[in-house]
Amino acid sequence: MVVPVSYYLTLSIALFALGVIGVLVRRNVLVIMMCIEMMLNAVNLAFIGFADYFKAVDGQMFVFFVMTVAAAEVAVGLALIVAIFRNRATVYVDELNILKW
Amino acid sequence: MQMIFFILAGVALVSGGLVVFQRHPLRSALWLIVNFFAVAGIYLLAHAEFIAAIQIIVYAGAIMVLFLFVIMLLNLRQPEEEQRFMHLGQKVGGITLALFTVLLLVYGVCKVVLPPGKEAPAGLGNTESIAKLLFTDYLLPFEVTSVLLLVAIVGAVVLAKSKLK
Repeated sequence: MVVPVSYYLTLSIALFALGVIGVLVRRNVLVIMMCIEMMLNAVNLAFIGFADYFKAVDGQMFVFFVMTVAAAEVAVGLALIVAIFRNRATVYVDELNILKW
Repeated sequence: MQMIFFILAGVALVSGGLVVFQRHPLRSALWLIVNFFAVAGIYLLAHAEFIAAIQIIVYAGAIMVLFLFVIMLLNLRQPEEEQRFMHLGQKVGGITLALFTVLLLVYGVCKVVLPPGKEAPAGLGNTESIAKLLFTDYLLPFEVTSVLLLVAIVGAVVLAKSKLK
C-alpha cells in the first residue's frame, strides 16, 4: 500500500504555507529564520515524494544539496543576528528600520 | 502505511503550527525539532533512509542546536509582546494570502492526474545508489558544496569577530 504522491505534495504545501504565515506574522527574527527552515523542509518533502514516485535517486540528491545550503544559511544568518543584537540590542524586525526612509 | 503517513503528517502539521504561534522562541525551536523528526519519519516511508538519517543529524541535531545556542546566548527575557493594533491588518492580510495560495496549489495538485508509480528497480540500496550518483553525475555540485561551506564558515567567523559600525 503505497502513499500517493499527491499526499506528499499536499503536506508539503501545508508546511510551506505555515512557514509563509510565520515569516509574515512573527516579528522575532529568530522565529522568522526557523520558519524559513520549515519552508526549505517542505520543499525537500516535495522532492522526496517525487523521488519515490519516479523511483529515481536524483530528487534525493537535490535534498542533500538543499540541506547543505540550509546549514550554510543558518550559520551565516545566526552570526548576523548576533552581530545585529550586539549593536542594536533587539531581535524584533520592526525595530530594525535603518534602511527605511 | 497510509495510516502511519497520516499520523506523521498530523504531528508535522500540529508541531509546525505551534512553531508559528508559540510566544517564546525557545518553545518554537523545540517544536521545530518535533516537526523535523516527523518529516524524517515521512522520508523513511518514502524509501529515503539516507536522507532521513541526514535530516535527523543535520537538521534536528546541528542546526537546531545552533538555534538553541543563539537563543540562550541572546537571553531574551520578555517574550514577544502582545500584537499591536497597527500590525493586525498586516497579519490578517498575510494569513489570508497564504491560505489563498494553499487553496490554489491544492486545487492544482488535485487537478493533475498522475499515472500510478513504477515498480522499484531491483538492485542497489538507497545509500549505495546515492553515493554512486554523488561521485559520478553530481561530482561538480558536490565539490562546489564544499566551497560553499568553507565560505559560510569564514563568513560566520568574520561576522562574529568584527564589530559592525
